[in-house]
Amino acid sequence: MTDAIAKPASLWREVWAQFREHKGALAAIFVLGALVLFAVIGPLVWRIDPNFIESDAVKLFKSRNLGSSWAHPMGTDQLGRDQMARMMVGGRISLAVGIVAMSVAILVGGTVGVLAGYFRRLDGILMRLTDMFLALPLLPLLLLMMFLFAPKVTAVIGARLGVFLLIVLAIGLTSWMQTARIVRGEVLALKEREFILAARSIGTPSRRIILRHILPNVLSPVMVSATLGVAAAIITESVLSFLGVGFPPDFPTWGRLLNDAYGEMQQHPLRVIWPGIAISLTVLSVNYIGDGLRDALDPRIRGR
Amino acid sequence: MLTYVIRRLLFAIPTLLLISMVIFLIVDLAPGSPGSQIPLTIPPDVREKMLDAMGVNDPMLVRYLLWLKQVFIVEPAYVLDGWFGTNLADGAPRILSWKSRAPVFDVIGERIPQTLTVIGTAYLLAIVIAVPIGVYSAYRQYSWFDQLGTFIALVGYSVPTFFTGLLVIVIFSINLQWFPSVYDTTLQVTDWQSFVKQIKQMAMPVGVLALFNAAEISRFTRASMLENLGQDYVRTARAKGMGERTVVLKHVLRNSMIPVVTVIALGLPTVFGGAIITETVFSINGIGSAVINAIQSNDLPMLQTLTFLFAVLIVLFNLIADVLYGILDPRIRYD
Amino acid sequence: MTLKSALLSAVAVLALAPAAFAERGTDGELKLTFPQAVSILNPYLSGGTKDIYAASMIIEPLASFDDTGKIYARLVTEIPSVENGGISEDLTTITWKIIPGLKWSDGTPFTAADVVFTANYCMDPAGGCAQLSKFDGIASVEAVDDMTVKVTFTAPKSNPFNAFVGSQSPIIQAAQFAACTGAAAPTCTDQNNGPVGTGPFRVTGFSVDDTVQMEANPEYRDPAKPAFATAVIKGAADAMASARAVMETGEFDYAWNTQIPPDAQAAMTAAGKGQFVVAFGTLVERIEINLTDPSPDLPEGMRSTAAHPHPILSDIAVRTALSMAIDRQVLTDIGYGAGGTPTCNLVPAPAIYASDNTGCIAQDMEGAKAMLEAAGWVDSDGDGVRDKDGKPLAILYQTTVNPIRQDFQALIKGWWTELGVAVELKVIDPGVFFGGDAGSPDTFQKFYADVEMYANNFDGTDPEVYLANYTCDKAPKPESQWQGENINRFCEPAYDALIAELSASRDEAARAEIAKKLNDMMTKDSMTMLPLVHRGTLSAHSNTLGGVAINAWDTELWNVADWFRVK
Repeated sequence: MTDAIAKPASLWREVWAQFREHKGALAAIFVLGALVLFAVIGPLVWRIDPNFIESDAVKLFKSRNLGSSWAHPMGTDQLGRDQMARMMVGGRISLAVGIVAMSVAILVGGTVGVLAGYFRRLDGILMRLTDMFLALPLLPLLLLMMFLFAPKVTAVIGARLGVFLLIVLAIGLTSWMQTARIVRGEVLALKEREFILAARSIGTPSRRIILRHILPNVLSPVMVSATLGVAAAIITESVLSFLGVGFPPDFPTWGRLLNDAYGEMQQHPLRVIWPGIAISLTVLSVNYIGDGLRDALDPRIRGR
Repeated sequence: MLTYVIRRLLFAIPTLLLISMVIFLIVDLAPGSPGSQIPLTIPPDVREKMLDAMGVNDPMLVRYLLWLKQVFIVEPAYVLDGWFGTNLADGAPRILSWKSRAPVFDVIGERIPQTLTVIGTAYLLAIVIAVPIGVYSAYRQYSWFDQLGTFIALVGYSVPTFFTGLLVIVIFSINLQWFPSVYDTTLQVTDWQSFVKQIKQMAMPVGVLALFNAAEISRFTRASMLENLGQDYVRTARAKGMGERTVVLKHVLRNSMIPVVTVIALGLPTVFGGAIITETVFSINGIGSAVINAIQSNDLPMLQTLTFLFAVLIVLFNLIADVLYGILDPRIRYD
Repeated sequence: MTLKSALLSAVAVLALAPAAFAERGTDGELKLTFPQAVSILNPYLSGGTKDIYAASMIIEPLASFDDTGKIYARLVTEIPSVENGGISEDLTTITWKIIPGLKWSDGTPFTAADVVFTANYCMDPAGGCAQLSKFDGIASVEAVDDMTVKVTFTAPKSNPFNAFVGSQSPIIQAAQFAACTGAAAPTCTDQNNGPVGTGPFRVTGFSVDDTVQMEANPEYRDPAKPAFATAVIKGAADAMASARAVMETGEFDYAWNTQIPPDAQAAMTAAGKGQFVVAFGTLVERIEINLTDPSPDLPEGMRSTAAHPHPILSDIAVRTALSMAIDRQVLTDIGYGAGGTPTCNLVPAPAIYASDNTGCIAQDMEGAKAMLEAAGWVDSDGDGVRDKDGKPLAILYQTTVNPIRQDFQALIKGWWTELGVAVELKVIDPGVFFGGDAGSPDTFQKFYADVEMYANNFDGTDPEVYLANYTCDKAPKPESQWQGENINRFCEPAYDALIAELSASRDEAARAEIAKKLNDMMTKDSMTMLPLVHRGTLSAHSNTLGGVAINAWDTELWNVADWFRVK
């Protein structure tokens, strides 16, 4: 083996090398990983039942609304349930809902946007469809979807998974429109640029033009949509729980913890702060990862 | 472009009809009934009679066709009567809310001014703040200004407005006692004093909403600016010796506006549609609180009409956005 | 409320009591806030309490109930009785004599014709009148002369004080509403949102679902009242927001129905700007038990019907054990604080009708376990859930979306799990739960669950109609589109017989005895329902507002004419 010639680096290796340059993105991966570990591994280590309530009245009243302590690092809620255990269990659902719903939205929105922007024939019909989805009243629509499909889906795949799937799909399918409009706008402008015209003039098929030239160039607004989409999905989930169509009430999620506690934030600020921090951290880290990814995938920056 | 606009406007009519039908179906089929507003102390037979008198129990098709007729014929006739003193409507029944029994369009008319002042101001403020922040953040990517802006924007977006709303109430209404926590909709601005009062009561809702919207707009502006700052034409322009200011503000900004215009066009209908949570938290009787009221009480005529007007605005603003694309980038052609 | 602030405010009221003798309109503006905004000012078109209370400042009934639940005359010279000849010996007529010289707020005289018009307005079959049941059993309402109204019933009426009594059935002006009868009733927006009345205030501005603006009625019968020149009712975001506006920011004088968590109550009282007042009516938060089988395995139309008794809850031992495992005092302290007391009664008030049934208050977990053991419910397979004949003790527990109810669900699930019962929780949007839509599986009448929790009460002071809700024929079933109040599907011939006895009885003491017996049959004897908390209405008023006397039997604003500014 000679070291004189460097091994031709694969594309992904180069992307990773560039990604590592982005300190914010690296830190974000670390934070998001920690949040995921907290939610997934946490309950295996921190073995307090998130729904445990003291049955003895005297003990119950002593255990309510406690601040941080060794026994309860994040304090307890209004019924004396351990806040850390609830944050862990809640994190599983919130993170999953946030990320999956966001992916559904990006996938649907991106596809619709690219197709509408690139193929003039599809533009009219797809954009009118987008207009329609934008116009539909979100809450009644979600209520109706749950009402129509929840009994059937839960009968087939079980209550918990069924509710999760429905919520994720419902949120995803009602939040792709903005991405679609933005991507379409970008594609409309992009496809008249010289490099696309050049590609087309040498007979590159549409599929290849879209994949190689269009998609990389619409990445940055899509990344922003994705970041904001995670936050929106987590909050929307809490609104659904609030309306009684989300998870059963003994199933905490970050959004619901925030929702339950905000009315009493003067008396018990800790109960609002923990879920608030968790949601913000998730959104911030998804954003920095997105920033890093975009830089890493951009050949112009990578070459610098 | 003109033929395109005309074609789109004509195409909007069947689109809106279809949307109105879908909305009607969704609102009608969604579980829940206006009967939930009637206390349990009222016996079932009386409840049934009340619902009958509202027309709740009529067949769906009948109600939909009646609603169409009222929206497109009866209500415009009442408007014309109001302007010219004619009698076109001839006492035809108007769209009445199931909850308040008041004509839906009167309620909307009563509420639009509040929504436009509060939500409109907030949105304008958001645009004015967000675009320069986005531009400068992108220009000085990863500077402390950019990092701070990113942080504030993302925290601002990930914390729901019901939370920030309450937070500012606790700080500014309860502890500092600077601003009122309940918006007084009966306040008439007639002199300096009442103007100050109006500004005071608008400060919190406008602030909360502007933060939320500015967060979103600034993120899109920044991303799009970044994308364009790396383009070859920027290098060319700089190489030609153009001033930095001209390059950034004239060429890059203009080319970066397409996603920003899209986001703003999507956001503007919400100015008319109101911000549901902000209006509720501060007790502003705008369109947003009417929407949530109508949802909670299953007030179909109100919800249907509001959602339909909202659909009209969405279709209209998206058309405006498409026209603006063509102006921002003359290469975009639709015909 | 802390003792100190209670004493302070008591001192303040005593020291400044003379302010009550001020002239009309000298105390500025009275600002009220409701957790839901007022939609309409015509109680006949809205059953909503907020609308009825707001309207009670403007339009009045002939007689009302005071804060002790006693009837008193408002627009009439005296309360009719058999002794004064106002009620006929056979209890089929009642005659009201209007105060002479009474005027509407527009200056025109108030006459018997207005009262007759009001009755016809509500009894019009096309009008969809919300208070129609107040006019039940009325054969005719006639004006004997300008100042006398005679109501004739179709049968002897032991309680004739329904129509024209209480804030639900105020008198509206015939001249104003003449064109608004029948199907035209809802189209008269100006009338419905600005009724002319006899009350202490009159409407000057109304914005739907937001604000009612009023000024002192210049024609009000007491020339010295009301003390306030203007009044306004503003809708707030929720109970917390309206409580805050009175207790913490001091923007408002009075907030109705400020049901907030006990520790928030304490913190707000400590701010020293106002105080909470509570009135206990008949509202009881309860768990209703389904005596029929709601299993989804049954075909539609069979679920939750009398044809299929509940496999586990039909056993009274199970129902009793479920009740014994609940600590009602804990529930009250956590959920309601001063706004509630633990109860075992369906009819917790008025005092003469309230049974001395307190056996359920003390929690008895060991006793509950022993009872299940004795009845054969043991954990035979070691999974922590008791079973018998292959049927596990597993129940679905549903209620509406409401933070206090979700806390109750969590607490009760904890106790029942300890007892060896598997509990699944479910929450439903109140618009669906109380909507009564026969097509929805989630209405409280359909009851596709094993137990459900909500609150119910009755109007006025007489529980007869309320208790009659539990007769066999009132059970919701598919044939009646699931309408009916007997949601437990309780069916006991002895109960039906006692109800018949109650409606035939006229002697108050005897009626009270029967009512208590009926109450006990539904609660401690059969454990068909598990009452939890007797809830009051908690309202808040500023320390600068005097004259408030909270009332559970009629509108809380019943004596708003006497309210004054403490200076």
